[in-house]
Amino acid sequence: MSAERLLTSSLRELAAALSEGRTRAEALADAALERAQSLQERLNAFITLTSEAARAAARAADERRRGGNVSLLSGIPLAHKDLFCTRGVRTTAASRMLAEFVPPYDAFVVERLAQAGAVSIGKTNLDEFAMGSANEHSHFGPCRNPWDTSRIAGGSSGGSAAAVAAGIVPVATGTDTGGSVRQPAAMCGVTGIKPSYGRVSRYGIIAYASSLDQAGVIARSAEDCALALTAIEGFDPRDSTSLDRPAEDHAAALAATDGRLDGLRLGLPREFFAVEGLDADVRRAVEAAARTYESLGARLVDVSLPRAELAIPAYYVIAPAEASSNLARYDGVRYGYRAPDYADLDDMYRKTRAQGFGDEVKRRILVGTYVLSHGYYDAYYLQAQKLRRLIAEDYRQAFDSCDLILAPTAPTTAWRLGEKDQDPVQEYLQDIYTIGANLAGLPALSHPCGFDAAGLPIGCQLIGPYLAETRLLLAAHAFQEKTDWHRQLPPL
Amino acid sequence: MNRTDWETVIGLEIHAQLTTRSKIFSGASTAFGAEPNRQACAIDVALPGTLPVLNRGAVERAIRLGLAIEAEIAERSVFARKNYFYPDLPKGYQISQYELPVVKNGTLTIQVGEGESAYEKTVRITRAHLEEDAGKSLHEDFHGMTGIDLNRAGTPLLEIVSEPDMRSAEEAVAYARALHTLVRWIGVCDGNMQEGSFRIDANVSVRPKGETRLGTRREIKNLNSFRFLQQAIDYEVRWQIETLEEGGTVQQATVLFDPERGETRVMRTKEDAHDYRYFPDPDLLPLVIDRAWIEEIRANLPELPQALRRRLVDEHGLTRYDANLLTASKELADYYLAAVAAAGQAIAKPCANWILGELAAKLNRAELDIGESPVRPEHIAALVQRVHDGTISHAGAKKVFEALWTGEGTDVDAIIEAQGLKQVSDESALEALVDAAIAGNPKSVEEFRAGKEKALNALVGQVMKASRGAANPQRVTELLRRKLTA
Repeated sequence: MSAERLLTSSLRELAAALSEGRTRAEALADAALERAQSLQERLNAFITLTSEAARAAARAADERRRGGNVSLLSGIPLAHKDLFCTRGVRTTAASRMLAEFVPPYDAFVVERLAQAGAVSIGKTNLDEFAMGSANEHSHFGPCRNPWDTSRIAGGSSGGSAAAVAAGIVPVATGTDTGGSVRQPAAMCGVTGIKPSYGRVSRYGIIAYASSLDQAGVIARSAEDCALALTAIEGFDPRDSTSLDRPAEDHAAALAATDGRLDGLRLGLPREFFAVEGLDADVRRAVEAAARTYESLGARLVDVSLPRAELAIPAYYVIAPAEASSNLARYDGVRYGYRAPDYADLDDMYRKTRAQGFGDEVKRRILVGTYVLSHGYYDAYYLQAQKLRRLIAEDYRQAFDSCDLILAPTAPTTAWRLGEKDQDPVQEYLQDIYTIGANLAGLPALSHPCGFDAAGLPIGCQLIGPYLAETRLLLAAHAFQEKTDWHRQLPPL
Repeated sequence: MNRTDWETVIGLEIHAQLTTRSKIFSGASTAFGAEPNRQACAIDVALPGTLPVLNRGAVERAIRLGLAIEAEIAERSVFARKNYFYPDLPKGYQISQYELPVVKNGTLTIQVGEGESAYEKTVRITRAHLEEDAGKSLHEDFHGMTGIDLNRAGTPLLEIVSEPDMRSAEEAVAYARALHTLVRWIGVCDGNMQEGSFRIDANVSVRPKGETRLGTRREIKNLNSFRFLQQAIDYEVRWQIETLEEGGTVQQATVLFDPERGETRVMRTKEDAHDYRYFPDPDLLPLVIDRAWIEEIRANLPELPQALRRRLVDEHGLTRYDANLLTASKELADYYLAAVAAAGQAIAKPCANWILGELAAKLNRAELDIGESPVRPEHIAALVQRVHDGTISHAGAKKVFEALWTGEGTDVDAIIEAQGLKQVSDESALEALVDAAIAGNPKSVEEFRAGKEKALNALVGQVMKASRGAANPQRVTELLRRKLTA
């Protein structure tokens, strides 16, 4: 199969080609690697390409297929966000601190996908330690948007979204702490899902904010997301917050429907559509998407999330607080970067961390340290936790009158590189629609729903009640059966 | 300034390493003494992406201790992160329990002093919480550098915090000893103080007698023997009183005890105290303990030292002092109880005497633990029985004991036989000897008849001598008395 076909084929189509002998895993891996290399300079979607390991894994997958009885993902090329630990392959978190770090173990997600026979071709770019909404805060340089390389890919899982959008791989892993799967998926015109907190083990994911971090997948369709998500769900005793329930076969549920959404109540939170910074093109596209859902049988209902605005301040207290503690281990003592010259222990800590971390990471460590300090804990951290509970309660109430919430994924389309990087608050405000699902632990998905005047993709977000991943995927799948926004290709 | 009478106020924080085979949040071994960093897995080294998983065994031990001190076991407790930078603290935070500990409001009754002045006291235990130990910084082995050994990192600890209820170093030592006995008794901690399994921090302050407010305390860190605990408190109290009497003030501080100089010295003052930025650890769910589990653990608890002590006094007729000594460790108590079980409760007291006397002295000299004793509890029982039924004399019993100790013999009756220690108790066999003694010692006979009781001893001695020690002295005494007063 040619690289061009790889570019346009869905995961399911590739799986069919493999099982019918029309292509081989090794050919797919070669095509994916070739395309990744040829686009690397323009997109910078990858931090590390593992060509040899990928070819070996692909050959092994082909070998297994000859023995029969392989899973659907066997031989499918994919890429991992460089926040997932990979045994023997450097895992950087896009930080100077871990630029040379080689983990001795695989993350749960990596392990599961490898067991399913998927072939990882490398590690994708991201914002350093997953902190950012543009993928501009990377020690390895920004990732660029395949639709316009002068623009951001979104963040933090920008490399994964760009790699899928650019047709390098049909599916890539991501993590979503405040929108890091959904927002770059929206910016790059692909589909991404963040499952419920606890659905997917965090074991082996370099922590940013533990109570919010959740692994997800980015692909070209809801159906492909469903296939990949099932492979990474399930209980993992190594993560105490992992849910003790088996993986669900989301794809089977999708295959069993007639594409109608009769009776589905889609809630449109009025506060979301009243956001000041909501771009007119984005509003128009998301409202049009709502009408498409209506035409599929869904009923649109008005809902309220009264504390929607408070999600950003709550998030930007809780996430930095946890981050300030999670990142304390990068002290130069045992592994990772250590400053070359220092006078004493404190000086080593200071210089190592000053040189090893980028500005955005330092900013969040400072904020987090501050909000946990004696005398400020109650006013900030505790207050933010109370807000978090109230916000979760708002979602719960909204789901009394609807089955899913429909909203924009982000208020704007991809902005130009450097446009917001001097103004952190502007960047934080981009997370207004995505953060709520993280604070409440809810599953949420972003799928393409149109383009703005500049030809940049727009994302439509669906948020579901706890554990309603299948419902989310069913709705998005029905939408994608009816529309072709997700089939549009960037002009690379 | 008038001379003031001072009162000492002491509270102890004790870190007990728990006896789980693996660490509190990882599967690495907790065994002591391995090559540096051989027992530190990815979680202990805090590699990126690793997560803690709570060891159920550590919780079980915390519950056991909680029940043994009659404390409340929290149905829900929370692990928090205590944030600070130190090279032997891999994550940059210690996982500990802060606002909601697993055990709270317990008590421990201690015996203070010996003899007439001995008294009982109940010390309140505020809380006991689970946490992980840090690694070790090795400053000596590396020239100009510090080595880090993470074998200890993640070893489960129970930090047991008392109220400031102790009023002297003696009470503090008695409390620490009683807790040390208890944790080993119920098997939650091996109590090895040289290896750091049981470490004591003492909060010490003084105040004028009659004052109800607490004085400013200084915390003596990391005392690893009862002797150092005693010395450190004695020094600290003297220093604080002197300072106050000279018109100075005591600053709140953390101090270290230097055993070589017998002094405490300041490690850090309140000004450079850390802000630990505690917050609930988002990687761990709240610890929820169901009642059924607590009851299951309660049902499997051994009889506790305090209850056993009471039983030994009330039912075995021992003195409180002996009961205390016998309950100093579970092994010793078990040894004693096994001996009594074989000998019968009626002769419990001589069993106790043998164990605390002859046996304890031998063990001490040989530096053996009770578990290593070559003399078994059944031996003690048989020995005591043979003395009790008159088969052997006390002197003979000592010979039997010696044979048991050296391994010369393993059966009490066989030793008695082999060494010819059987006493002659038969009157017909003794009568001739008694008559001979009376006939040969008219002076003693005269004195006895004149009312001098002591003269009888000389006659008994004569008979014993004539029998080469084989005569039963009690029977001889009876016989003599009967004949002389007839």
